Amino acid sequence: MTGLFSEVFLSALLFGAVTAAIPLLLAGLGEQMSEKAGVLNIGIEGMMLAGAYLGFVGAFYSGSLWLGFLTGAAGGVAVALVMALLCVRIGLNQIVIGIALTLGLEGLTALLHHFQFSRSYPRLPAAEVTVIPLLSDIPVIGPALFKQHLIVYLAVALVFGMGYVYRRTQLGLNLQAAGDKPAALDVAGIDVVRTRTVAVLTTGALAGLGGAYLANVGAGLFIPFITNGAGFLGIVLAMLARGRPIWVLFGALLFGVCLSLTTAMQVAGINIPTDIIQMLPFLAVMIMLVLFGRRASLPAALGIPYERGAR
Amino acid sequence: MSSFSSSSAAGRDIVALEGVTKRFPGIVANDSIDLAIRPGEVHVLLGENGAGKSTLIGMLSGLQQPDEGRIVVDGKPTPITSPRHALALGIGTVFQHMMLVPTLTVAENLLLGGPWWQRPRTEELAARVAEITSTLGITIKLHAKVSELSLGEQQQVEILRAMVRNSRLLILDESTSMLTPKGIDELGALMRRLVEQGLAIVFITHKLKEAAAFGDRISVLKLGRKVGEIPPERFRALGEQEIISEIVELMFGQQKDDPEAVERPVRTVHAEAAPLLRVADLAVAPTDNAPGLSSISFDIRPGEILGIAGIDGNGQKQLAEALAGQRATTSGSVRLDGAAIETLSVGERRQRGLRYLTDDRLGEGTVGTFPVSINFFLKQVGAAPFWRNGVEQRAEIDKRSAQLVREYDVRTPSLKTPVARLSGGNIQKVLLARELAEGAKVVIFNKPTYGLDLANTLASRQRIRDTAARGLAVLLISTDLEELLSMCDRIAVIANGALVGIVDNADDARTKVGRLMIGLAA
Ligand SMILES: Nc1ncnc2c1ncn2[C@@H]1O[C@H](COP(=O)(O)OP(=O)(O)O)[C@@H](O)[C@H]1O
Ligand SMILES: [Mg+2]
Repeated sequence: MTGLFSEVFLSALLFGAVTAAIPLLLAGLGEQMSEKAGVLNIGIEGMMLAGAYLGFVGAFYSGSLWLGFLTGAAGGVAVALVMALLCVRIGLNQIVIGIALTLGLEGLTALLHHFQFSRSYPRLPAAEVTVIPLLSDIPVIGPALFKQHLIVYLAVALVFGMGYVYRRTQLGLNLQAAGDKPAALDVAGIDVVRTRTVAVLTTGALAGLGGAYLANVGAGLFIPFITNGAGFLGIVLAMLARGRPIWVLFGALLFGVCLSLTTAMQVAGINIPTDIIQMLPFLAVMIMLVLFGRRASLPAALGIPYERGAR
Repeated sequence: MSSFSSSSAAGRDIVALEGVTKRFPGIVANDSIDLAIRPGEVHVLLGENGAGKSTLIGMLSGLQQPDEGRIVVDGKPTPITSPRHALALGIGTVFQHMMLVPTLTVAENLLLGGPWWQRPRTEELAARVAEITSTLGITIKLHAKVSELSLGEQQQVEILRAMVRNSRLLILDESTSMLTPKGIDELGALMRRLVEQGLAIVFITHKLKEAAAFGDRISVLKLGRKVGEIPPERFRALGEQEIISEIVELMFGQQKDDPEAVERPVRTVHAEAAPLLRVADLAVAPTDNAPGLSSISFDIRPGEILGIAGIDGNGQKQLAEALAGQRATTSGSVRLDGAAIETLSVGERRQRGLRYLTDDRLGEGTVGTFPVSINFFLKQVGAAPFWRNGVEQRAEIDKRSAQLVREYDVRTPSLKTPVARLSGGNIQKVLLARELAEGAKVVIFNKPTYGLDLANTLASRQRIRDTAARGLAVLLISTDLEELLSMCDRIAVIANGALVGIVDNADDARTKVGRLMIGLAA
């Protein structure tokens, strides 16, 4: 059993945890923004899939990972545009449209991938990592946390950036008002529909980026249904985080650890049926919901389309 | 944002409404209204609930667009397209319903609306607020969360917000409802100072005393129509009492060519007959959101209609609910046909023949998603013959429902139609059919024609008269004085949860009731 505590094992576990956490983090941050503004974004899974597929295609044909992130984010925004149009502008039911978008994109990306690559799954070259000097020399933690792709550091920086926006800027006030009392925002002279649209499109960009990371960095390839519920985990994270980005980060890391245990245990050569190990993340979701579900506090107008002057 | 600019020279309208009409499904909320709003004037808008005051304000604030007519700003016809536009025109509104974000602080709420890329300018705001609050004589906790403030404090914040914005037209829609008497006086003094600086103010209130004390000009709305105006010259010439009686005349006076006017048939109520309902010294404790009741006493004899008049929100609903058993009483007795029922449950009172038609037809009266047929028997769920051993007897229910639909002329596509799909008038008929069914002795109607169109209003009134003619005792609660005058044998007036007088419905009843309603002796 020494394998469990070897440096290699722990390092691989942590590295994997971070890799698994980043898409959840981006999805959670995105969902948080929509929810803050009063839009329950169930379509986020679909946005991630669009991002994963377009991100992979972009990177595959251009040979540039960064271009892939860009096309991935654009894919997420494209889906978000549909969501914003139907749910924010026209005011259709957010849950119904969200589910429809997710199911639609599952089918669409699988189909497109099949047309393009038939049954082959071409791989991208391994992503380049940015080594942070000194910090990366720390045993165990160093190689796991400080030898990551640049986008990982950017995603973590985003946590603090968004915290700043929410607490210190006029935009943050607008978003919160749009979710808690949209009529008050409207009579203060700020367009509620526009504010919510901005939030939903931002969600699309973040979810698309998360999907692209998942495909291009996490897996190095695209396979249909690759997100495998990451978007839904993002929704759980956003709901438990009480509007604070930092809690999304903690939650994403926790889930990341659970997800990476699967791989890490195989690396360490431990003999536990994989079926059991693969249940871990879902067990973690349930435990988290039981433990923290009560602290979820959602905006008062979440899920309710805004119509001026209606009552 | 504009400040009190020189263009608004005294005497010229800042804003004028010309023939403005606004319709909502089934109702004309504003019916070609003309209104002039001038700098240097407090323009009081009076009218009962549902008169259309807030709708008018909604159009001035850019929340809604008129269906007909136009709004003229500074002499130019100007459609006010959005709240932002209204703010840019210098129109600041304190809405009737709270418009603060409860999860933000007071300061953050006041800052809402600034350019999104900026950091909130907290210091600037604090200085501005300090300046205003010192003249206002109030203290504002800038860093408290709005949800932690009392309703009165929230209202102060909203008034402050309109002032921070430098509006040149300030609209206050029932902004005194949550203020203390002292706060109201201060607000009145403040409005006076502001109009002296050249602002225009539109002040909406229910309270006639406030109107007479603070106003320069008064317009009275009634059921969407403007029924009268007292201009400043006249206002100054009259004393407070004269103004109030003139307003009463406008608000409650007989309208010419009123289609609802019906000759009241002379009914013979047997004065010697024993009362069917006898209420003595009934009292209910006040709650956070409802006034209490005190010393309510009256009798109703068989075949008699007793009206309850009063400005809405003075305890009418509490009275109806206390009698029906839905609200706990603290003292007093209720006797139905001689037997005390004040300790009985809602169901037992119904069983004994006490029936209550709520004014909340869809919320409390019916289950909107249930079919019409089931709604007829909601209060008999589980009881024979419509339910046997817990099983619904479809055939029995349908047979009786079809009968009731015919008898009460309910216009419904089918018996299975969810009741919420029917019009207000037909929902009312379903309620009538249910409550007037077997065994009714005393029937309480709460605002039975509120929100109905003319045809249904007349039909409902006829149904109520027929009920009395059958020898039942009727308690008719209404805020429509015409309705009471056309139907009742006697009219009691409720104010602040107490019956302040009972008047025989004779020729002078109109003025007597009107005076009682606003707190003057009959
Ligand atoms: N958005 C709306 N939709 C439908 N009906 C409305 C709406 N707003 C107001 N009404 C109706 O218009 C009438 C006037 O309402 P309102 O202007 O709020 O009256 P007031 O402020 O004088 O009490 C009422 O009968 C109300 O039910
Ligand atoms: Mg109103």
